[in-house]
Amino acid sequence: MSLFEAIRLGLGQLRVQKLKSAFSLIGVFIAVTFLIGAWSIVNGMNSYMTEKFAGTLVGVNTFHLRKRPNFTPNVTDSTWRSWARRPRITFADADAVVHGITLPVLTAWASEDRGDVEAGTKKVAQVSLNGATTDYFAIRNIKIDEGRPFSPQEDKAGAAVVVLGYDLADRLFEKRDPLDKYVRIHGIPYRVVGVAASRGNLFGISLDKFVVAPALSPIQREVNPPGVIDALMVKANSEPEMRLAMDQAEAIMRSRRHLRPRQDDNFALETSEGVLNFWAKINRILMAVGPGLVLISLVVGGIVIMNIMLMAVAERTREIGLRKSLGARRRDILRQFLAEATTIATVGAVLGIGAGIFLSILLNVATPLPATVAPGSILLGVVLGGGVGIVAGVYPATRAARLDPITALRQE
Amino acid sequence: MTRVQEFRTGDTPLPDIVILTHKLAREYDMGGEVVRALRGVDLQIRRNEYVAIMGPSGSGKSTLMNLIGCLDTPTSGEYWLNGQQVSDLADDALARIRNKEIGFVFQTFNLLPRASALHNVELPLIYAGQNARQRRALAAEALRRVGLGDRMEHRPNELSGGQRQRVAIARALVNAPSILLADEPTGNLDSATSQEIMQVFADLHRQGQTVVMVTHEADIAAHAARVVTLRDGLVAADHLKAA
Repeated sequence: MSLFEAIRLGLGQLRVQKLKSAFSLIGVFIAVTFLIGAWSIVNGMNSYMTEKFAGTLVGVNTFHLRKRPNFTPNVTDSTWRSWARRPRITFADADAVVHGITLPVLTAWASEDRGDVEAGTKKVAQVSLNGATTDYFAIRNIKIDEGRPFSPQEDKAGAAVVVLGYDLADRLFEKRDPLDKYVRIHGIPYRVVGVAASRGNLFGISLDKFVVAPALSPIQREVNPPGVIDALMVKANSEPEMRLAMDQAEAIMRSRRHLRPRQDDNFALETSEGVLNFWAKINRILMAVGPGLVLISLVVGGIVIMNIMLMAVAERTREIGLRKSLGARRRDILRQFLAEATTIATVGAVLGIGAGIFLSILLNVATPLPATVAPGSILLGVVLGGGVGIVAGVYPATRAARLDPITALRQE
Repeated sequence: MTRVQEFRTGDTPLPDIVILTHKLAREYDMGGEVVRALRGVDLQIRRNEYVAIMGPSGSGKSTLMNLIGCLDTPTSGEYWLNGQQVSDLADDALARIRNKEIGFVFQTFNLLPRASALHNVELPLIYAGQNARQRRALAAEALRRVGLGDRMEHRPNELSGGQRQRVAIARALVNAPSILLADEPTGNLDSATSQEIMQVFADLHRQGQTVVMVTHEADIAAHAARVVTLRDGLVAADHLKAA
C-alpha cells in the first residue's frame, strides 16, 4: 500500500468518525494555536520594540545623560536608594558637556513632568509637560504640522511660548485654529506657536498628549527644581560617533564630579540599547516559558491520540484481520495506522495554525499588543504536529501490525 | 477416489495439483496441554475441482482451512500451493501468497461497513500494489461477474445478505486467485439465498475456478463435486460425486 493510499485512508477515518477525531486532535490543536499565537506576539513585540518603542522613547544614535537610567527593570532597593542619592544634572553640567564634545552633535535639554493644561473653559489632565531647548524637536523627530517650533531667541529668553501635541491641541481647541491662542499651565499663560504632527500611540497610550516649552520659560518651575534638568539629549550622526561622544561626555562628567578612577559613575548615559535590554529580559522569560507550555500541550495531545488509536485498533481488530487475510503485510497495517495518527495530528496542527493566525489578527485589531505571525512558527507547527502523530501512533500501529489474522478475524 | 500422486518428502507435486498436503499436522499448546487438531492430513486437490470439506466441530476443518488459506503454519508436514511449498514461509511472504493465490469468502462476509461495494472489492488490489485506475476497472469487472454491476456504489448496509456475500465473492475473485476458499459461506443466509450463492459457486466452477468450501451442512456440501470428510484431525472419507 502506498503512502498516499494510507493518508487517504486516514482522512477517510477522520471523515467517518468526526466526533472522536475532533477530540483526538484537540490537544495538538491547542498546542499549535498557542505556539503560533505566542510566537506572533513575541515576534510583533520584537519588531515593535526595535523599530518604534526604542526609537520613540530615546531616538536613533542618541544618548541621554541622566541622574539614573529611565528604563530600569528589576532593580534592587539598595540600587534604587544609591541612585536617589546621586547629584542631579545641573545647567552647568549640561553646558560643560555640550561644549566639551568635539564631534558634530545635536544637543538638547529635556525635563518632564505631568500636569494640567487649560484653554478657555477646557482642561486636559495628566499632560506630559516638557521644558526643552530648540533641538529637542530634531532629536526626538517631532514634526511640526502647523505653525513653527519655538525659535532660539525665544529659547534663550525663556519666552512663554509652547508647542502642543496633536491630540492635546485637538482636545483643547477642537476645530478652532490654536495658533497664537493661549493655554494656561498652573495659571501662567503660554502663547501657542506650533502644533506637532501626530505621533500615533505606543501600546495604546497616545504619544500626542504633550506640550513643549523653552527650558528657561516659566515651565521650568513645573518640571524641576531651579538650575536642574532631567536629561541632556545628545544625537550623533552615526553609531560610532555616538559611542565617542558618550566617552567624551563620561570623561567630562567624571572630572566635574571629581570621581576617582575606581569609583563608579554617579550619573547614567542611556541609549536605546538600555530600553532594548529591558525588552530582551521580558523576551527571555517568554522564550523560556512559552516552549514549555507548547511542549506540555503537545505531550497531552500525543497521549490523547495514542489512546484514541489504541481504541481504534481494538475496535477494528476484525478489519485488521480481514486486511491481513486479503494480503496486507505487517508494514501495510503499520503504515495505515501511523498515517491515520499522523493525519489526525496534522489536521489538528493545520487547524491550530488557522486559529493561531486568527488569534494574532484579533490581538492586533482588538488590543494595543502588536502581533505578527512568524513564518517559521507555521512550519514548526506542522512539523511538531505531524511529529507528535508519528510518535503517538507508533505503539498502537505496532500492536495492530502484530495481530494474528486468525484471532483477529474471530474477534466479535 | 481421484487419481492421486504417490508423494514422498522431497518430491514436487504434479503441475495440475493446486493443493497438496503431506502429513500435515498442527498442534496447539493450550496452557501446557497439547491439542492435536490435525494429525497428518494427506490431501490433493487438482485444478478446477470443486471440493467441500466437512466434519463435525472439533474435527479440525477450521484448522485445515486456516492452513490452506496460509493464515497459519503447520507444526509439521508439507503444504504445496500452486507448485510452491508454503509450509515454511515467513509472515510477509504468506501475506503475498494470500494476496495472489487465495480468495477468501467468510461466513460473516467481513466487508468494511463504511466503504462502497466497489472499494471493498478493490482492497486486495491495493495490497497487490495496483494503481487506482486498474483497481477500479478490475473491481467493477469482478462485481459484474457476480451480478452486482448496478450496486457498485452501495454500502454493505444498503445491500441484502445475498448481495453482501456476492460482494465478498467478487472481492475474493478480483485477484484471479488459484483457489476460492469459502468458510461456511451460507452460514448466515436463509435457504433461498444459500441456493443463490451456491449457484454463483457452481457458475464460477464451470468457468474453471478451483473452489474449496468448508461447511458442516450436508445439503450445501452436496453442491460440490467432491466431499472430503474430516474426523479427529484425519481424513475419514473422500467421495467423488457421480457425475
